[in-house]
Amino acid sequence: MSALLPLPILLPLIGAALSILVGRSRTAQRVIGLTVLSAVTVVSVLLLIEVDRDGTIATQAGGWSAPMGITLVADRLTAIMLTVGSVMLLSVLVYAIGQPGAERNHVGFQSVYLVLAAGVAGSFLTGDLFNMFVAFEMMLTASYVLLTLGGGREQVRAGMTYVVISLLASALFVAALALLYTATGTVNMADLAGKVDELPDGLRSGFAVLLVVVFGIKAALFPLFFWLPDSYPTAPSAVTAVFAGLLTKVGVYAILRTQTLFFDESSRAGTLLLVMAGATMLVGILGAIAQDDVRRILSFNIVSHIGYMAMGIGLFTVAGIAGAIFYVVHHIVAMTTLFLTAGLIEHIGGSSRLSRLGEMVRSAPVVATLFLLPALGLAGIPPLSGFVPKVALVDAGLVSDQHAVVAISLLVSLLTLYSMVKIWSGVFWNPAADEPEASPHEVGRWGGPPLMILPTVALVVISLAIAGAAGPLYDLSQRAAVDLLDVTSYIEAVAG
Amino acid sequence: MTILLALTAALLFGIGTYLVLQHTLSRILIGLALLSHGANVLLMGSGRRGTPPLIGAGDPDGFADPLAQAFALTAIVISFGVSALLLALSYRSWILTGKDEVEDDVADRAIASGGHHDKEITDEEEWHEEDRLNLDATPEDDEVAGPS
Repeated sequence: MSALLPLPILLPLIGAALSILVGRSRTAQRVIGLTVLSAVTVVSVLLLIEVDRDGTIATQAGGWSAPMGITLVADRLTAIMLTVGSVMLLSVLVYAIGQPGAERNHVGFQSVYLVLAAGVAGSFLTGDLFNMFVAFEMMLTASYVLLTLGGGREQVRAGMTYVVISLLASALFVAALALLYTATGTVNMADLAGKVDELPDGLRSGFAVLLVVVFGIKAALFPLFFWLPDSYPTAPSAVTAVFAGLLTKVGVYAILRTQTLFFDESSRAGTLLLVMAGATMLVGILGAIAQDDVRRILSFNIVSHIGYMAMGIGLFTVAGIAGAIFYVVHHIVAMTTLFLTAGLIEHIGGSSRLSRLGEMVRSAPVVATLFLLPALGLAGIPPLSGFVPKVALVDAGLVSDQHAVVAISLLVSLLTLYSMVKIWSGVFWNPAADEPEASPHEVGRWGGPPLMILPTVALVVISLAIAGAAGPLYDLSQRAAVDLLDVTSYIEAVAG
Repeated sequence: MTILLALTAALLFGIGTYLVLQHTLSRILIGLALLSHGANVLLMGSGRRGTPPLIGAGDPDGFADPLAQAFALTAIVISFGVSALLLALSYRSWILTGKDEVEDDVADRAIASGGHHDKEITDEEEWHEEDRLNLDATPEDDEVAGPS
């Protein structure tokens, strides 16, 4: 079934081209976008079933054999990320179609969005470090355009910061690639796995740290996170939702993949990752508490929770990595849902400032419920989706005797709850402090247009399903973690 | 030869880093371009050198490494495209603000001073209207592109 592998990259790219051709008809563009992303979702689910049953599969695009050709690999981690990612991309596209704003006003939205989808899928599927760079660039270039689509003053200002920091990270990535290629003579990831081992100790540790820095910028790890809370809040809310859910997680995926595949236990940047994880959690959540804007609070929460994933990765045990993978799945769904509800809050209240919003639990009870469930899930309240991955991470940390980072993670859970309660009381519970603005839109009984409410409801249901199916999902994450730490299956799939 | 390439890359990275740390957008742009050139030079230096790698043009053992050149070409094309986008963005920023400088984050300053100022952005037309008003309010003789 390796014929499925190129589809998640190819389909969106073909869709993007078609979408430009039919630029005159928004309806045709929407049909193309929705069809392509639904197809990608189906392909991803098929891949996940296939890979979980038969193990890692690989294909050589263009018929050149590894390590020269373009290798595409799917192991369990790839398939999990692809499935969650494509479901998010599809739901957010439906939301964007329903929302007045970005998608309706810009001819290019649909095609750029599909290029973003192709880039995300490419980053997950590639078995070649240079192609990972190309896929990253595809994804980032699309994100530059989506972020600055409105062309207003705030967006251009934030867009500059975002583009400059991403370009810096890309230059570093190219430099790291050049150095790796000089040292080993290959950029194929399965090939690198063996060849990095032959390098001297110091060089290996150097590469490990260099790759953590390169991908740490994309993943927004402390101290490389500062661009995120600055740039994300200015984009249209549908765009921010998909950025919040997916883009940082692509960085986390890259850290996880490169650290486990290339380096053995002696040279992995474990301690560095744990220190960065603790600082990321703490600084991120303190930033969130200081803010007075729903989007900015949520943006700082993204940063803070990247720390949990880094903590799981930094432990480098099966339990730690399994916890991190499960946490990534939960976090993608919860964060995307929260940003979608933030968009609904703005749609109803005309602002995202806490001081200008109030008592929305009366005017929009549906939106209040849609916010509360993922918010409590994010804080890790049982039985919602954040609880099991957090328990898994804390347990893994205790087994590895990393008490400091476990203590920080528990404290940050409490502070997350505080920041969520701050939004809850500011937006839904208390009366507005300043003069509330009149709603710019017809609100209706459900609190928004059906196409904005429906995908949000769907994502809340998915996050409840994650909580309900926590047992099987954790088992799946554990199998994925075993795959990652025992690299032979990956190497054999690529070579064979 | 490799030392020369390495020194060139180091020089480009050094100047690029200095320029990126400046407060003027055009300098940051040039700095980023130099940084990506540095990375490309590093890529060029990573392969084996030799005769042009054309099949039938000589002894394959003496060929230069074509992979490194392919990498560099790809990286150049990507950085070219993104630099063009960045130039367009900074031109847009200059049109909107009349200055060639990195702006402060309004919400950051508001948090620091304890006050709040923000507006919603679902209605893009109204938003552009306000941008235009801001633009009109900028005096003609406003200092443009002054070094910081």
